[in-house]
Amino acid sequence: MAANEEAVKYVWEGAIPLQIHLHKSEVASHPAPPPALVLAPRIGYLPLLVSLIKPYFKDSLPPGEDSIWFDYKGVPLKWYIPTGVLFDLLCAEPERPWNLTIHFRGYPSNVLIPCEGEDSAKWNFVNSLKEAAYIINGNCKNVMNMSQSDQEDLWTSVMNGDLDAYTRLLPKLKMGNIEDKFSRKADLSSPKSRQGGTEIDVTEQVVKTARIPVRLYVRSVNKDFENLEDVPEIDTWDEISYLNRPVEFLREKGKCYFTLRDAIESLLPEYSGDRAQTSGEEEADGSQETRGEIKLVRIQGIELKLDIPFSWVVNNLMNPEFYLHISVLVIGPQR
Amino acid sequence: MDSAGEVVNDGKITLEGFTVAARAFADKWKRHNLSFPPWSWVPLINRTMLKKEEGYLSLEKIIILSSLEGSAEEESLDVTADWSEKEESVDLTVLVQNVEDEAHYYDYHIVYSASYMVPMLYFRGYSSDGKPLSLDVIKRDLPSSSVSLLLESKWTFITQEEHPYLNRPWFKLHPCGTEEWIKLLSESSSSDGCQIPVELYLVSWFSVVGQVVGLKIPREMLI
Repeated sequence: MAANEEAVKYVWEGAIPLQIHLHKSEVASHPAPPPALVLAPRIGYLPLLVSLIKPYFKDSLPPGEDSIWFDYKGVPLKWYIPTGVLFDLLCAEPERPWNLTIHFRGYPSNVLIPCEGEDSAKWNFVNSLKEAAYIINGNCKNVMNMSQSDQEDLWTSVMNGDLDAYTRLLPKLKMGNIEDKFSRKADLSSPKSRQGGTEIDVTEQVVKTARIPVRLYVRSVNKDFENLEDVPEIDTWDEISYLNRPVEFLREKGKCYFTLRDAIESLLPEYSGDRAQTSGEEEADGSQETRGEIKLVRIQGIELKLDIPFSWVVNNLMNPEFYLHISVLVIGPQR
Repeated sequence: MDSAGEVVNDGKITLEGFTVAARAFADKWKRHNLSFPPWSWVPLINRTMLKKEEGYLSLEKIIILSSLEGSAEEESLDVTADWSEKEESVDLTVLVQNVEDEAHYYDYHIVYSASYMVPMLYFRGYSSDGKPLSLDVIKRDLPSSSVSLLLESKWTFITQEEHPYLNRPWFKLHPCGTEEWIKLLSESSSSDGCQIPVELYLVSWFSVVGQVVGLKIPREMLI
């Protein structure tokens, strides 16, 4: 299914209201400055907000050089993950505004890779774009062949949340069309494909498996819960499993669509099978192992039903670097 | 020839193939590279992923001794790791050459990239007090030949990125076009033009990549 203009516009306009507090150890003025209120684009990155935030605090900072980083409840935030993904992943129960702490000193370089502001965010974006291109096309020539100024313009359109500019630049990117590989396989089974003008290369059905760039963030909790507000807070990133792995689209006999559930289960096979069965299976040594259960799947802040065709999800909800970021909350298998 | 779909014939390798190749690599290394401790296979088991067959290769606490002035004349590093042949545990006794030498410790991980379908080398260096070494310091530990390779070439460079599984910054070696030179290696080494068998994939890969970080493998491993 092709991208729906309205859906993509909705994604690009998505934003998270942030309330940014200066870390108390860095408050050098009296009284302490009030928090800064900033609307952060979901598809953007935290380092891009610094120019908006810094004016609020510059008079309160102790002397010295800036090395800026953010934390949420003590957890340092990975600046190269899109802001919307951080929010969906770290706030089980969405917190509005989202309260973050900004630091201008004491960069935790033992846990966070260095960030030199906008340049780092741009480098990360282009690198992710190249990786996505490699996954979709089998090479990243399309990105390498783009002129420097076109690459600049593409990045600028993302920085500014300018969907129109981005859409105008897309043809220069020449990214392969993900949709073709899906619809071709589906069309070959329908009688309609034999009529009409579109030529379909029949040999394609045998050879190609589409690969879709996906970044999966899995948060596992030990106990089931009734409400999201009962989900415990995160202490460290070690509680989250990150899978940077393409989904391989395979069309099975008798199935019309490859669903979001199919995609997630291909990456997390231990959550596949009959979801209604949450009671344990006897292990050989007599211990019981409870199968894990997927509680929540969020993409661009939307909690999706797992039966939606994956092609729709990809084409409408992916980020500008062509990656689909999926946040999943699961009840981990008990051991 | 595509043995059970493990090595794709354009120089890439599948996840399953990587697991097989890793085991074969670690075995050969243990048998033929006695000046080094063995590589260990680290399975990816955590609370959500029960995939015991997935993992990465790890070689840690390799001591590189270098004088602070740099070792411009040396082609190979003075590498040593004090380890007991009887046990797996590594005793970190440092051999000090002269007062200007400083011991630097290195960890190497060979991790599979599902996106590019090739292995990637991650590494980090630290001093005896555990403080991470900067890239400038690390480059001084590398053989001069590889430093010029890094500076001049467009096909290999080092970046600082987050380790895919450990939530910490590591250095990653990017050999661009890995699949292309693996293909070249396989074409030149086999008489009938067949691709590298999966058991030798990582050996071939490391024979090139290892040199960039100063780790050479003995010829016997290539058989």
